[in-house]
This record gives sequence, C-alpha cells and structure tokens, in this order.
Amino acid sequence: MFPTSTHEMWPLPLRPVAALGRLSLEVVEALGRFGLFLLQAIRYTLTPPFKVGRLIDRIHFIGFRSLTIVVLTGAFTGMVLGLQIFLTLSRFGSEAYLGPAVALSLIRELGPVLCAVFVTGLAGSALTAEIGIMKITEQIDALQVMALSPMRYLVVPALVAGVITFPLMVSIFDVVGIFGGYLVGVELLGLSPGTYFGEMQTFVDWSDLMTGYWKALSFGLIVPWVCAYKGFNCGHGAEGVARATTQAVVLASVLILVWDYFLGSVLP
Amino acid sequence: MIRVQGLQKGFGAQPVLRGVDLDIATGEIMVVIGRSGGGKSVLLKHLIGLLRPDAGTVTVDGTEITRLRSRDLDRVRERYGVVFQGGALFDSMSVFDNVAFPLREKRARLASTDVRARVEQRLDQVGLADMGHKNPAEISGGMRKRVAIARALVTEPEIVFFDEPTTGLDPILVNTIHHLIVELHRKVRFTAVMVSHEIPEIFEIADRVAMLHDGVIVEVGAPDAVRASANPVVQHFIRGDVEAVSADSRR
Repeated sequence: MFPTSTHEMWPLPLRPVAALGRLSLEVVEALGRFGLFLLQAIRYTLTPPFKVGRLIDRIHFIGFRSLTIVVLTGAFTGMVLGLQIFLTLSRFGSEAYLGPAVALSLIRELGPVLCAVFVTGLAGSALTAEIGIMKITEQIDALQVMALSPMRYLVVPALVAGVITFPLMVSIFDVVGIFGGYLVGVELLGLSPGTYFGEMQTFVDWSDLMTGYWKALSFGLIVPWVCAYKGFNCGHGAEGVARATTQAVVLASVLILVWDYFLGSVLP
Repeated sequence: MIRVQGLQKGFGAQPVLRGVDLDIATGEIMVVIGRSGGGKSVLLKHLIGLLRPDAGTVTVDGTEITRLRSRDLDRVRERYGVVFQGGALFDSMSVFDNVAFPLREKRARLASTDVRARVEQRLDQVGLADMGHKNPAEISGGMRKRVAIARALVTEPEIVFFDEPTTGLDPILVNTIHHLIVELHRKVRFTAVMVSHEIPEIFEIADRVAMLHDGVIVEVGAPDAVRASANPVVQHFIRGDVEAVSADSRR
C-alpha cells in the first residue's frame, strides 16, 4: 500500500520520485493560482463599480513617478546606441543608416523592454512592497471585512494604469532615445541632421511602431500582474515582503524577456 | 445571534480549533479569553469570514456564513465593524480619511457634509477630535486603536468584532479603551465580540466571558460565574499560574 499523505514516509528509493512529484504539483498549482489571479482581475476590470480615483492615483504612481527614470535611461540608451552603431556602420561606410538603425532598435526592441525593466524596478517593486505591507498589517483583511474587494481596489487600478501608461512611457523613451542618438551621431560625430532623420522616415514604418506598442501594452499588463500577485502572496513579516519584492522584480523581468522574444517572433 | 457549532480548523498538521461551540446573543458583549496562540484570533477570523473552517458552522441571524459565496458574504459583512489587532489603518490616508473611508465607499449617496459630520462625531467620541489631519504613522499606538474603533463604528454596524483592542497598551490606556467600548455600546447597542487576555479588567466590561483552551471552549458564562469556575484550567489562567497553564496545555 502506498502512502497517501505527504506526512507519511515513502520507502527510501522512492523518496526522490515523491519529492519530484510533490514539486511538480506545487509548481502546477502555483501557475494555476497565478493565472486565476489575472482572470479574476480581468473580470473585475470589466464589471462596475469602477474606482476612477484609484486609477488616477495608480497612473500617477506607475507612470508619472517613473518619468524621470524613463527620460534619463532613454537618453543614455539612445546615446550609447548612436555611438556604437555609428562606429560599426563607419567600418562599412554606411553611417547614413544611423538614424533608422537607432530608431528601429529603440522602437521595436529596446524601448519597450528597457522601459518595462526600469519601471519594474521602480514602480513594480514599490507596488509589491505596498500590497505586501498592506497584507501583513491586515489592511487587506480590513478591506475585505468592509465588504470591499481588495482585487477591485488594489489590483484592477494598477493593471489598467499599467496598460495606459506603458505605451506612453515607451513613446517618451523612444523619442528621447532617438534624440540621444541624434546628439551623439549629429552633434558629436558630424552626421548631417537631414540624413539622420530623413533615412529614418524611409525605413521605419507603421508595423515597426505597432510591434513596439503591442509589446508595451503587454508589458503594461505583465508588470502590475506579477508585482500585485507577489504582494498578495507574500510571506510573514518584513522578510516576507522583502523576498516577495525581489521575486516580483526577477519574475517580471524574466517574463518581459520571454514575452518579448515570443512577440518578436510572431509580430511582423 | 451568532451561533458557532463544532468549528474545526487546522494549519498543516497542527489543529488549532478542535470543535468550538459558542452562542453569542444579540446586543451582548462577549469576551473570548485564552492564552496567546490558542486560536482566539483564528476563531474571530471565522466569525468575520476571513477563514473557512475544516468542519463546523458559523450562523449569523440564521444565515450560515461559512459556505457563502463572496458576494453573499459581503452582504453579511455590511452589518459588521471590525477592530483589528494592529488597527489596520490605511497608512496612505489621514486619520479623517481612514474613518471616512467606509462611508465614502459603502454609503456613496451620503453627502460629503454628512460624511464629515459623522466622522467628526466618531472622532470626538474616541477623544481624537483634532487629530483628523494627522497620518496614522504620526500618532501613538493607543490613538491608532481609538481611530480603528471610530472607523469600525462609523457605519453604525450591528455587530462589532474587537481583536485584542488593548494589547501592548499601558494600564491607563487599557482602561480608557475598555470604558470607551462600554460607553459606545451603551449608546449604540451593537453586539460586541471581543478577543482579549486582559485579566482581570475584561471581567468589568463583559456581559459574558468564554474561555478558549486547546481549541475548545472550556467555560462560558457571566464574568462572576467564570471567575468562580471550578475548572482548574480557568483558575490557572485567571491567576496567571504559568507552570500550571503549561501543564494544562500539555495534558
């Protein structure tokens, strides 16, 4: 007769198999909870009452407070791209393509990905910590016993704010980055401004912009989803919140890269 | 009336509640006493629907709440006010906004002047009339507990749950908060369920006292009857006999 409870002891040779089975079940269960969390949030997003005040607060929290870091990192990303691509293109005498190369790199790939990773580090981690602290100090329980849904009050506004603000932040990141590339390529390295911007208009088309925006939209969903989920499921005390925050940043960053590859391979 | 029948709850292999039976009459102050970590807060969380039992039922005025869907449970909760152990004040809001929060969210038709009047009245009743503008982080532990009481009572609930409302406070504040609860109870006549281990102060304010020990209610009755109980577990606890209480737990 095989043991039916996890507390019963398996025969020694079968213990690694039992442990593997238990681990697999735990992983599948955790993934299920993770997915259900999003489905529940989407259900609340589509049904009233809508917390407009909370949404505006979250747009400020995720979007507005991240603007400085978005502008700063966007500028330097563009400048680095301008320098490196110029040096590479100059070996083939193709410096004229600096503008489109910088723009395409930013719009299709680096803008959405880097912006999402930086915002995860800034606003995503803060979201996890905020929800985690609310959980350990019984503030989430307090919402529940007031017959208010913590999901509707804490998660839905963050998700909607993410979907609204990420494309806007990515747009700002791209524009600032392109001007960063301009600063290095044109002002420092002597390329003509007409060549930089003119070639860009030739090579960058609408589908490139849409690829970037689809990525931004999906990252806008992934980051608040992961960060809110980790906050809701944090362990006990300050250590639990700290661990949840680290896990949220790591998991969100990994998912951003995985989803980026997936979208990059299916979108035109 | 709240009726708890055969309530059982365990976490992992550890049983916490092992068949709790308790009746709480409408309008009374029922105080549940017992050792820290003995399952008092777990019992309270079942009464407010934050935990689901492994077995047993909790019935509130004829409605069995342990198996209700969240929407139906919310209807029952709208009659509740809860004072959490740490206050559970929203730290992103001022004291005033914390107290106003349940009114703004659940009584949306109430005019803002009425909300202000009600909040000011409650803050005044708990002796914090001029503290509305402060942030919860800027006030003392005792004040936070009083704000939590004001917030729990602002919607005029029929049943108020207090989870150790005086833990960690000095004896003066313990008395202040106990008197505040009695005074508010006299005015509003809510049913109060309080978890506490403030012995003997709690006997002064309770209508009835129930002692939870090792996951079951071992004594319930009027304060004098519990004080005079022949049950050695109750006597050891009331006298604070550390070794005897530990021995009781081992048995």
